[in-house]
Amino acid sequence: MSIAPAKQRELSGFAPRGPRRFQINLRQSGIYIAFAAIVLLFTILTGGDMLAPQNISNIIVQNSYILILAIGMILVIIAGHIDLSVGSIVAATGAVAAVLMVNHDVPWPLALLITLLVGAAIGAWQGYWVAYFGIPAFIVTLAGMLLFRAVTYNILGNRGIGPFPDEVRTLSNGFTDGYLGNIGLGALGGADLVSLLLGVAAVAGIVVTQWRSRAGRVRYGQAVEPFPLFVLKIALAGFVVMFVIVQLARFRNVPWVLVLLAALVLGYSLLTNRAVFGRQIYAVGGNLQAATLSGVKVKSVVFWIFVNMGVLSALAGIIFAGRLNQANPTGGDQFELDAIAAAFIGGAAVQGGVGKVIGAITGGLIMGVINNGMSLIGAPSEQVLLVKGAVLLAAVAFDVWTKRRAGASR
Amino acid sequence: MTDSILRMRGISKTFPGVRALDDVNLEVLRGEIHAICGENGAGKSTLMKVLSGVYPHGDYTGRIEFDGQECRFGGIRDSEHRGIVIIHQELALAPNLSIAENIFLGNEQSTRGLIDWNKTNAAAAELMGRVGLRENPVTQVLDLGVGKQQLVEIAKALSKRVKLLILDEPTAALNDEDSAHLLGLLRGLRDEGITCVIISHKLNEVLEIADRVTILRDGRTITTLDAEGLTEDRIISGMVGRDLDHRFPPHEPRIGDEILRVEDWTVHSPTQHGRLLVSGASLSVRRGEIVGLAGLMGAGRTELAMSIFGRSYGTGISGRIFKDGREIRLRSVREAIRHGIAYATEDRKRYGLNLIEDIKRNVSAAGLGKLARRGWVDDNEEYKVAESYRKSLNIKAPSVSSITGKLSGGNQQKVVLSKWIFTDPDVLILDEPTRGIDVGAKYEIYTIINKLADDGKAVLLISSELPELLGLCDRIYTLSAGRITGEVPRAEATQEGLMTLMTQEAPR
Repeated sequence: MSIAPAKQRELSGFAPRGPRRFQINLRQSGIYIAFAAIVLLFTILTGGDMLAPQNISNIIVQNSYILILAIGMILVIIAGHIDLSVGSIVAATGAVAAVLMVNHDVPWPLALLITLLVGAAIGAWQGYWVAYFGIPAFIVTLAGMLLFRAVTYNILGNRGIGPFPDEVRTLSNGFTDGYLGNIGLGALGGADLVSLLLGVAAVAGIVVTQWRSRAGRVRYGQAVEPFPLFVLKIALAGFVVMFVIVQLARFRNVPWVLVLLAALVLGYSLLTNRAVFGRQIYAVGGNLQAATLSGVKVKSVVFWIFVNMGVLSALAGIIFAGRLNQANPTGGDQFELDAIAAAFIGGAAVQGGVGKVIGAITGGLIMGVINNGMSLIGAPSEQVLLVKGAVLLAAVAFDVWTKRRAGASR
Repeated sequence: MTDSILRMRGISKTFPGVRALDDVNLEVLRGEIHAICGENGAGKSTLMKVLSGVYPHGDYTGRIEFDGQECRFGGIRDSEHRGIVIIHQELALAPNLSIAENIFLGNEQSTRGLIDWNKTNAAAAELMGRVGLRENPVTQVLDLGVGKQQLVEIAKALSKRVKLLILDEPTAALNDEDSAHLLGLLRGLRDEGITCVIISHKLNEVLEIADRVTILRDGRTITTLDAEGLTEDRIISGMVGRDLDHRFPPHEPRIGDEILRVEDWTVHSPTQHGRLLVSGASLSVRRGEIVGLAGLMGAGRTELAMSIFGRSYGTGISGRIFKDGREIRLRSVREAIRHGIAYATEDRKRYGLNLIEDIKRNVSAAGLGKLARRGWVDDNEEYKVAESYRKSLNIKAPSVSSITGKLSGGNQQKVVLSKWIFTDPDVLILDEPTRGIDVGAKYEIYTIINKLADDGKAVLLISSELPELLGLCDRIYTLSAGRITGEVPRAEATQEGLMTLMTQEAPR
């Protein structure tokens, strides 16, 4: 038996390192620092217009469907796959929703449910070919990209269908009403009380859950970050949330789609961090064979990830169609590329096994802010593409570089 | 004529932490068939990699003389240029290319930069005639059986004007007929003046074909013998007799009732249609017992273990499994785990660990259900569990949040063991648990294995190291060519006795 050199490297022994556990982890926090820097840059370039109440509201509403797609995409990528078909699914499901609500007068809640189920069925179709038939996801979803675009044309013909019922438009475009009226914020003018209370509740939620999580870790004797750093992080998060909320409250209250997004981010973060299913996604992407030999039902995990992607694509399809107030045969074109870029800018690894929901959201917001900021300063659209391409390449290059520097022995 | 074509003098090669070759000498005479024998890990393949330039000059110490000239190969191309060709056990053919394309791969027959297909196919047909391969040169290699693929490799070697042909376990995957053809072919090549070096575990074949035999053990040359009048026993006594230099922790077995019994277990190859990997194997283990499974490379040990572990390897599996006297069916890994069976793989990096994750998530990977309520994982409990194994198994890492890819081999192995111990199994199948691990960590692993047996678990230990089996096991099965060839209690087991059973050619 020969002993390959790669196998022997492990014998060099484990060198115990000092307790530098809390040095700033560039690879994990780099993305947030980059986001802050980009926001700051455009705030300066636009003379503060970037952070104006209406603009913040626009960024959220305009990018909501990409962010929803990015949540599904990060799960697909963590599992070591890819989905190129989401743009076409957005169009197809939007068309289904339109036909149901506009042509057949199906009540909107039922129509939404059916549309989500159609999304699930599309996801199941692709998941079957990937997980159980063993065709690479790249091929299956490339085929899906063409197939579901064709389906869209079949449903819509060559025209758009609209308009949508008010409720659907409100979900995509609308704002929570000023149920409790406005209060004055001094120099900032009037602001919606409900929105402010929502913001306060969100911050309180962050504080309480973080505090309890930390207390739990302390109780089990786990290492936790130093208290001042903990407080600083929470204060920072609270400040950002409250800032955004106050700006929104000054404009037209909190958009409904932000409420939906917040719920999705919370739910999927919990799923990936704490649920058995979430853990299995990382296990499958990290080492497929090891996961199989640990009793993970690998095929079923991959299948359900594609089903989930289909449902979220349908949700994005509804939001997108509702925002335009019509389902369009060319809608959703290249959304898959934005969603994939968001996931990779947000720290997903090309080989799978790595990634966070909040990272993908941040990645999506980085691209949204670049889009928005560059249009504010009047940059031509080809420059926007140039910058987005460069950012994507730089983000992944940075990831590869930090990995190599860390000398992770893979 | 005692003109030597190859002299290797004082060859030493170390990998970090392991001395794979230690002052090895090998002399091969022109026009002979020279066999190299040794246990798994004796250094045979490493020696051949040194010779063929896989490990370039400077990576090893010592001197190689070929055809009277000193050689300093920088890579395989250099050695092939001099006429040394090595055919590995895993054939290196491109399955989707034709026979002719494979024969001339990297050596394309071209005219003015374009491949001349007529010339290629005609030359291939001639070479195929020399090796007795009756096929169309344009047939795709994937349509050939292993035996014929082997012949393609030899034809490829001949196309390079080979002077010294090295074959690593050439008949391991062949049936009797193909083996006989191959051995006949080698004799024919010898008569044409081509020198052969053959590495083989099949001692009857070695005696049948070789002119001389060199025996390696633990990276050293033990002796070179004339095949004339040589017996299998003489070769075996050279191969074994590895010093019992590992110390084994003292252990007093407390053996209980039978817990797992496998009857008439047969497994077919998933890649080669109709090939038997395990054939009619039966074995049993009892509570508190450590049972060894000895066998040389390719004997089917891992295939046997993995097919029992929820059919995670092989096709066409038949046979019966009894747990605590009741027949059970294990159709998936999950079912195997649920029935209290655990399998720790021989290749922990590829099959055992998620190297990019930390210790605690690897420890919990197979038993996550125990940490979860209604689908939600309690990560504080997970931490507590991982931390308890870090302490009890002495995993050397700053915390259970350390990435497993950065641990040493011994510590990675402890993480794998923790993962399986956490599933609370009744039967642990440990496949080469000390492979690539330094001596100190080995002792710790031995202690853990003994402790598991003391806790009433049954351990099935697969190992290539006979002293390890003799030092730990209460009973040892030997496996040869997919068949159980012997069952030896500890008191009666000797290295020579086991090796005889392991090299025994079972009737097919």
